[in-house]
Amino acid sequence: MSAKTVYFDNNATTAVAPEVLEAMLPFLRDQYGNPSSMYSFAGRSQEAVARAREQTAGLIGASPEEILFTSCGTESDSTAILSALRARPEKKHFITTRVEHPAVLSLGQYLEKQGYTVSFLAVDGKGRLSLDDLAAAITKDTALVSVMFANNETGNIYPVEAIGKLCRERDVLFHVDAVQAVGKIPIDLQALPIDYLALSGHKLHAPKGVGALYVRRGAPFRPFLRGGHQERGRRAGTEAVPNIVALGAACALAAEHTSDENTRVRALRDKLQERLLAEIPEAIINGDPEQRLPNTMNISFKYVEGEAILLMLDQFGICASSGSACTSGSLEPSHVLRAMGVPFTYAHGSLRLSLSRYNTQEEVDFVTATLPKIITRLREISPYKHLADDASPGDGAACACQA
Amino acid sequence: MWEYTDTVREHFLNPRNVGELKDANAVGEVGSLACGDALKLYLKIENNIIQDASFQTFGCASAIASSSALTEMIKGKTVEEALAISNKDIANFLGGLPREKMHCSVMGQEALEAAVRAYRGEPPVPHSHEGRLVCKCFGVTEDQIVKVIQENKLTSVEEITNFTKAGGGCGDCLEDIRGILEATLAGKAPGGNKGAERPAPAGIGDLRQQDGATPPLSNVQRMQRVMTVLDEIIRPRLQQDGGDIELLDINGKEVSVALRGMCTSCPSSRLTIEGFVQQTLRDQVEADITVREVAP
Ligand SMILES: Cc1ncc(COP(=O)(O)O)c(C=O)c1O
Ligand code: FES
Repeated sequence: MSAKTVYFDNNATTAVAPEVLEAMLPFLRDQYGNPSSMYSFAGRSQEAVARAREQTAGLIGASPEEILFTSCGTESDSTAILSALRARPEKKHFITTRVEHPAVLSLGQYLEKQGYTVSFLAVDGKGRLSLDDLAAAITKDTALVSVMFANNETGNIYPVEAIGKLCRERDVLFHVDAVQAVGKIPIDLQALPIDYLALSGHKLHAPKGVGALYVRRGAPFRPFLRGGHQERGRRAGTEAVPNIVALGAACALAAEHTSDENTRVRALRDKLQERLLAEIPEAIINGDPEQRLPNTMNISFKYVEGEAILLMLDQFGICASSGSACTSGSLEPSHVLRAMGVPFTYAHGSLRLSLSRYNTQEEVDFVTATLPKIITRLREISPYKHLADDASPGDGAACACQA
Repeated sequence: MWEYTDTVREHFLNPRNVGELKDANAVGEVGSLACGDALKLYLKIENNIIQDASFQTFGCASAIASSSALTEMIKGKTVEEALAISNKDIANFLGGLPREKMHCSVMGQEALEAAVRAYRGEPPVPHSHEGRLVCKCFGVTEDQIVKVIQENKLTSVEEITNFTKAGGGCGDCLEDIRGILEATLAGKAPGGNKGAERPAPAGIGDLRQQDGATPPLSNVQRMQRVMTVLDEIIRPRLQQDGGDIELLDINGKEVSVALRGMCTSCPSSRLTIEGFVQQTLRDQVEADITVREVAP
């Protein structure tokens, strides 16, 4: 393996920012007081948590009382969804989408087993939702709608403002999984009709194992973890002070860098995409390039398989992800690509490259120089390589396999 | 990340015997683009000895490494010696494969069988692909499942999925697989339930002929039933996968169809036709219907 790591997998997790590490270290060393204790030594922990709450709220246009800290994005999603459903026990219908992260999707499937009716909204070929479908799906029995702000695999951004308005009109609660969006695009919850919003620290340069949930003032809430009175009784468990401090610091940094994400990082991503498409024949972009996170691209190469691409990239120290069957640990390609109807011929050869503000032009150049060679190499091994030259067999795909 | 042995990595990064073999006199092909892995094996056989072998593989690292290993293992062997190689031997040659990747070694062994059949002038569909289709998602038959159970001493459904992929898609066939596993472990001969009864999908009504209870269908009745089943069951299913089917002719009990919008050159489209379409028509209309695919 080459000595230098070129990290293009920032939708999986991110590096802890040096400033964030600095901010949290004192709370791992000397400042170990329990924020609930009564002496001034512990008071410093309490102040630090309060400040982190302000910083986190500040990034998304919320007020500090609307933020509660959790252990991860998944906990935030579960808390919000279960809370909303418990608050409206007479309603037994939950609406979400087929492209959600498992944090929401699996919970939806579980709720189905518990007697809920769950609608998983379909998406079109670019992964887009239809507002008409959503409007048609809402019934008198609908308690909650949950739609992700941005998709982790394709980077697609969903129209949460319009969806939120629709939910308001129909008196339905609205949760947003914004784990991939927070820190990458501006979010102003003062202007958005959203009741609950989940975020996760490790996607924005804080460490793993800390998240937050926004609960709009006045939105019904039932705690997920019961116990002590931490988080004003809304999330029991002694606060993970160092992690919370880190999340706050990361949010403050992200607020400074959001414009950089949307200019410099976006330009790097666009350049990378342009060059890969120019140099590699039979490649397509998955998702909606018009409404997409600035850092993400999901590209598919015909006739090659994703895991093989990743292992070859690994030889060059390049880190990325794939939605191929072999990488998901299941036997079928990613549920997101399948929901979009990406032909199997492309779905098996998908590659997600996700950047961060720490990526450089040199790294983009390195990937653009390396990846085309890898695809060429794998296509030389592939029995379908000749098809790349001849007319290709119907892209419609899916012989015996089915979605 | 998968835990691959150094040998797997090495064969993946530096695969031996890649590419078409110009003077091959036996070619075996298994898998498909749609299923995520496929292997085309080329052999040059002289005086019953495999003089040369090469491959082309579409698939993950372990599929490529298994193919490379296979070509190395069979070169210089007699056809019979080569056929004695089991998927386990391929995995062992590589220092082992992750359990979830055992199907890659099975693919190698199947390609070898297919190539030898081609060399011997036997029909292109390997013997193991005969029999009742169990897993529609991955085109796996009862015979294939029984074979991996016996050769690898498998004891759980999960293992069968690791070895054949069967059951790894929609999961509809899991119960069927469990039944086959139990029957095989109990030492019962497979195939006893060929053309086994399947519940008709809701809304189709009872199109199925009651065994022996009703008189044989007239041509017109049969045609109507075939068309209903094609429209109501088969076509929607294929369309889910981005494909379609066209009815070209019904001649007695032979139904001619063409596949549309699917990878028609893909080896497993044959399995789709014979397995899924024919089986469905047999289940729903008449037990001895045959389906013929006509090139579009
Ligand atoms: C969209 C989305 N939601 C939820 C999660 C889960 O977050 P966490 O890993 O913090 O539980 C992720 C992480 O991959 C994600 O991408
Ligand atoms: S039929 Fe076997 S997994 Fe779907």
